[in-house]
This record gives sequence, C-alpha cells and structure tokens, in this order.
Amino acid sequence: MEAIGLLLNTTLVFSTALILVALGGIFSERSGVVNIGLEGLMIIGAFSAAVFTYFSSEWGFGGSSAAWFGVLMSIVLGAAFSLLHAVATITFKANQVIIGVVINILAFGLTIYLVKSLFDGSGQTENLSGIAFTKYNVPYLSEIPLLGDALFKTYPTTYLCYLLVFVSWYALYRTRFGLRLRSVGEHPGAADTVGISVIKYRYIGVILSGAFAGLGGATIALTTTYDFSHTTISGQGFIAIAAIIFGRWHPIGAAGAALFFGFAQALRFQADLFEWSQSIPNEFLYMLPYLLTLLLLAFAAGKSRAPSALGDPYDPGKR
Amino acid sequence: MEHQPIVAELKGITKRFPGIVANDNISFQLRKGEIHALLGENGAGKSTLMNILFGLYQPDEGHIEINGEPVVIDGAGKAIELRIGMVHQHFKLVKPFTVAENIILGNEPTKGIEVDIKSANVRVRELSDQYGLKVDPRFRIEDITVGMQQRVEILKTLYRGADILIFDEPSAVLTVQEIDELMEILRALAREGKSIIIITHKLKEIMALADTCTVIRRGKVVGSVNVKESSERQLAELMVGRSVNFQVNKEKSKPGKAILELSGLTVQGEHGKAVVEDVTFQIRAGEIFGIAGVDGNGQTQLVEAITGMRKANSGSIKVNGKELFGASVRNVTEAGVSHIPEDRHKHGLVLDFTVSENMVLNNYYKEPYSRTGILNYKAIDDNASKLAQQFDVRMSSIHTEARQLSGGNQQKAIIARELTRDPELIIAVQPTRGLDVGAIEFVHKQLVEARNAGKAVLLVSFELEELYGLSDRLAVIYEGRIMGQMEADEKNEEQIGLMMAGNVMGDAQRHTV
Repeated sequence: MEAIGLLLNTTLVFSTALILVALGGIFSERSGVVNIGLEGLMIIGAFSAAVFTYFSSEWGFGGSSAAWFGVLMSIVLGAAFSLLHAVATITFKANQVIIGVVINILAFGLTIYLVKSLFDGSGQTENLSGIAFTKYNVPYLSEIPLLGDALFKTYPTTYLCYLLVFVSWYALYRTRFGLRLRSVGEHPGAADTVGISVIKYRYIGVILSGAFAGLGGATIALTTTYDFSHTTISGQGFIAIAAIIFGRWHPIGAAGAALFFGFAQALRFQADLFEWSQSIPNEFLYMLPYLLTLLLLAFAAGKSRAPSALGDPYDPGKR
Repeated sequence: MEHQPIVAELKGITKRFPGIVANDNISFQLRKGEIHALLGENGAGKSTLMNILFGLYQPDEGHIEINGEPVVIDGAGKAIELRIGMVHQHFKLVKPFTVAENIILGNEPTKGIEVDIKSANVRVRELSDQYGLKVDPRFRIEDITVGMQQRVEILKTLYRGADILIFDEPSAVLTVQEIDELMEILRALAREGKSIIIITHKLKEIMALADTCTVIRRGKVVGSVNVKESSERQLAELMVGRSVNFQVNKEKSKPGKAILELSGLTVQGEHGKAVVEDVTFQIRAGEIFGIAGVDGNGQTQLVEAITGMRKANSGSIKVNGKELFGASVRNVTEAGVSHIPEDRHKHGLVLDFTVSENMVLNNYYKEPYSRTGILNYKAIDDNASKLAQQFDVRMSSIHTEARQLSGGNQQKAIIARELTRDPELIIAVQPTRGLDVGAIEFVHKQLVEARNAGKAVLLVSFELEELYGLSDRLAVIYEGRIMGQMEADEKNEEQIGLMMAGNVMGDAQRHTV
C-alpha cells in the first residue's frame, strides 16, 4: 500500500514537468505553429532556475523565495527565448520544424557554455539541496489513505501544475482568447476575415509555450536533479510532444498521457522496492519511457487529429 | 431601382498583380435593396474587385465611397465596421467549431471572462428564423451539408449587421435544390433592404434573380445593364466579347470499330457492396458515349476502374482489343486512354507545380522530356508554350504555379495535355463543371473535334443538356448498374429521367407508352 502510494507520488513528480511542457506546446500548436523546440525551451528553463535560485540565495533571498525567484526567471527567459521561434516562423515564415531544431541545439550549446563560464569551468551548477523546493503536506488532505500519499505530499510546483491544467483547459475552451487561438490554428483565413489578427494570436501561442516549457524545465532542476548539467533535460521535451499528440491537443488528454509517461519514468526508481523487479536490468528500465512513447505513438496515435493549419505559415494571398 | 440611393460606389479602381492587370479603371455602383450581378469569365477580375471592396486587397488606383462618404478599407475588420459582409466561394468556416461558435468568432458575447455560448445560440436562432435560414446553432460545421454551411456564412454577415452582402460564386458548390433555396434567401434579404452583389458566370441565375448586371471582361467594365431589358444571349456576348454558340454543332457520327469494350465489370466499394455491377457496353471510334445519372451512382468508381486508379473485382476492360483488367494507370495511359478527371485539383493537376510541369505529367519520362532519367526543361517548356497557345490557356507565364490559374484555364491546361497525346479513348468526367459559357463552348468544341477525328469519347456528366448536346449514344447508370442504352435525343428525356430514378429500360418504356 505504502509502496503504491510512493510510486504514484513519484509518478506525479516526474509528470509535473511533462504536463507543464505539454500544456505550453498545446498553446503553440493550437495556434498553428509546430513547436519541436520544447526540449530547448525546457533546457533554458532548467538552466535559468538553477542559476537564479543559486545566485539569489547568495544574494540573501531566504526560505523558498530563492526557488520561486528561479521559477519566475525560468518563465521569463523561456518566453523570451521562444520569441526567436515566433519571429522566425511567424514574421519571416521560416520552416517551423527547422527552427525548432535550431532552438534545441542553440539552447543546449548556450547553457553549457554559460554554466562553464559562471561556475569556473565546471560542467554543472552548484548543488541546490537546501534551497530548492521541498515537499509540502496539504493539511487534512494528506491524511487520506493512499490518495494523501499520492497527491497531497508533494512539491509546490506540482500543486501549481494541477491548477494550470485546469486553467489551460478553461482558457482554451471557455474564453474568447481560446476560441480565437483555436480558430487561428484551424482556419487562419476564417479568423482573418472576421478581423482576428492571426499573427498576434500565433505570437501569443508560441510565447506561452516558451513560458510553460521554461516552468517545466525549472521543476526538473528544482525538484528532481537539484542542479543543471547537460543531462538534466534528456528528451523530456520530446516526450511532452508525444503527450500532446497522444492527448489529442487537449490539456486534460495531454495531462493524462504525460502521467502515463511519468509513471514509466517513476517505475525505474521504484524497481528495487519489489523482489520480482530487482532482477530486471536497470538499462531496460531506463529505456522504458522512450520505448513506451514509441509504441504508443506508433499504434495509438493514428486516430489523433491535429489542428488543420498546423505547420502552415499564413499567407492571405494564397488561393 | 434608379430612385434608390447608392450605398456603395467604386471609382476608377485599378489593381495590378505581377504580370497582369486584374482590374483596369473599374467603376461600379450598388443601390439599396438591389441584387446586382457581377458577370465575367473565369479570371476576368470579378473576385479581385470584390476582395478590394471587402478590404482583403488594396487598390493601386481609385477609391471607394460607402453611403456617399469616401473610405479606405484596409482590412476585413474595417469592411465589417462599414457593414459590408462577404460570403466567400471557399467557405471561411472552422470545421470542428459549432455553427454558433463560427458565427460569433471575432465578435463574441461574454459573461465575465467566459464566452456566453448560450446567448449566442439564442441570437443565432433568432436571426436564422428571421430570414428563414433553418440553421441549428449547436451543430458542428463538419457535420452539416454544404448548403447549410453557406447559410452559416450568410448568418455570419447578418450577425455583424451587414447591409451590403457580397456573394462569390454562391451556387458553384450547391445542388439544384439548394440553388433554388439560395435564390429565395437572396430575394428575402433584398426585400429586407439589404444590397446584394453576386459574382457569377451563370446566366440563368442572373436572369432569374438580379436587377442589374455589370459585365467585366479582362479586367474592364464592358457594360452595366438592366436585367429585365436584357437577354441571356446579350449578356453572354458582352461577357466573352463575341457571339456565343449555345448549341453544339455536330454532324451525325460515323462510328468505326469498337475501341472500349467493357463486359461484366464489377467493382466493390469499401463495405464489400458492389458500387459498379455487371456493366457492359462498347464505345466505337468516332462516337461520344454519354453516361447519365445522379451523382454518386457509381460513375466515379466506373471511371476509376477503367483508368486503373481503382481495382475492379471482375469483368473485362478492353481498349483496342487489349485486355486492361488490373493494369496500372501507366499501362492504361500508354494503351491510349486520356482522362479529364472529375476533380481537377485532386487528380488533374499538381497545384504547386508550374503549368509547364503539369503539361507533361503523364509523359515526362519519355523523350524528349527526359533522357536517362534527367528532365529536359527546354523541351518541357517548349511543349507548354505550344499547348498554351494552341488551347488559349491564359496565365502570366508557363512557369506560373497551376494554383494561380482560374478554373477555366486550369481545365484548358488539362484538356490540352490529354487531347494532344493522340489517344484512342478520351474519358471526360464533368468536363465543364464550374466553367463560364465561353470556356464551356471551347471544351465542347474540343470534344466534338476529337470525335470527328475518330477518337472514342466517354462522357460522364450530371447535366442532361450537356449530354444531349454532345453524346451520340447514352447510357443511364443507377446504383452502379446500367439501366439502358439509347440514342441521345431529347425525345427520350422522360424515359431517361425514369431510368435515372431506378426504372430499368423496359419499365420506363411502359410508363412512357
């Protein structure tokens, strides 16, 4: 019982980043812009969080305020970095996939370079234990058997993530903003002829993806690795893309898919808890999240329907 | 109408695109409560002019007055503000959204920070009832018919309070019955005091519907006439600039040997049910064989089976004595079969290729167009220039993307390619769909000439007039079966009508007697 609670709890911790990044990707893709730069935006977020949390603590930010400052900076810098993507693909109509790849490579190289210059040639930032986030038990709710262990004894960023899933769904499906954003991704010509600025909504979509991916990256640095190095983000951005597709570009669907992938990641940390699982070679467990992504997308995602105008730059003159 | 005030006036509008003057010093007046037709051939510049009035393009010269006030319309938003609405030929609807969501988009009623979909539904229903549009606001666009989608587009303009409504070729996508409904709606709108501009090249609709008709030819206004005092013939002549022959001139056919022989051809559809069943007929050299029938009775599958695009299940397809059952498209093509397909965008042209490339789509691999697998663009371009001239395909250059051509010119390009390959059999499916009278006349003439030169022609059409005019013999298809064959003569009209509704030939004769 306790083991299951722990397994679910770890699942949530790992899923948090995936969910947040997937939500960001949904905003971008629903507006019609493919964003495979999510991995790179996560790298920017994880890096910013690790660096600003460390230095703000040095500057005297006490308690969890250093970590929150790191989170804030990861959101701001993630959004700022995604602006590169927006300018290239929306204003200059560059190929969205290529720009996404460029974002990934650029983010990787840039952050490693900066880490080495900031931390005297070291490949990683200082360890953040003690100043990063700690788990917080929600009063009363955490007393519930199993559910309490699974859901309500976790990091503040995970609670924030629960909230953002709901907020994203509400924004996309209940507000004027969401209706317009989705219309731009489905049929930009229709939006344009009723006076909606396709360019504006696509910029917003891409910038939101940067902000969310930055936040997602930050949660990894501040709740899982406690530092930033070149291995901190290793494919989670791509798994988040898989979660978007598998979740049919819907916040709740994508959150469900991300939970599943998070579960696969959590399994490897829990494997030594059970006798039967100890015999499985570690390498296989490490492979699991990626393998599942591959299998799910190959077999289950065929029916998934992408926004109609996804990947097409808007050209009002085209017949 | 002359006593009604002018609500919109375009003065001296000129618009140039690279290589072409789309609008050349055009002036145009619209009066309150009138239905004003804008007539012109495909590519004459009608849509460009209306896109200028709706703010999607900016004129290079000239200006616009709305209710006597000079205005600059620099976008659709501004046009909406001036109470101008446009129903585009290709609907601007978001497919996964509901009717109401599409209508309110850009102008959403809100309650707090939420879109107030309830009051939107109520408002849309009110408007729909007021104009008799019969639209349910809660349906998704992807689930409703094309006719209803068009009514949603009309509601979109009414919801924004439009007084001037522009319709771009509104009947092009509709069935006959839907066209009648649309005409009723347009008349009702005009009675309510809305001013309507309808872009079209269908003369019958103009005669039935419009008060005034302005005719544009090659970017210039050639006349503005009162429809009541005019005739179809006069409008057609104004439009194409010469007298138009509505009747197809042809001599009696002198058929030769059998070119296409089908026997017992059966094709199964997706659900295992036969969509073409036991079809047997012959087409001889020098005759046009028409297939009549309501859309969706197996015509598409029959043609796809003959051309090799779809696998037939049993039977025999012989062209010039050669068995082509199960042959690939290329084998069929090389056996001397030309195909003018039903959907020219999907099967006739590669829209993103140039006209020049499109002209060699089915023989690019042969000399002189390629040698040892390398394309010879000089030969390809020479071929295109020659064909474009011979078939009067109008475009800014042979290196223009096929997408940029008007529908009529796209069809001419396909016909040029297919007829100059010296085929034995020409299969033409709905060859004049969406074309103006000038282009229709051209296509008909080409098919008759091919027949006179001894080709066999298989013509599939949903328009009986076209079938009577062109065919030498006719067959009627119903639910995949041939109900009967006969001479193409209007005397058989009633019988053909009965057969199209599913009566076999014997029954039909009994009814007519």
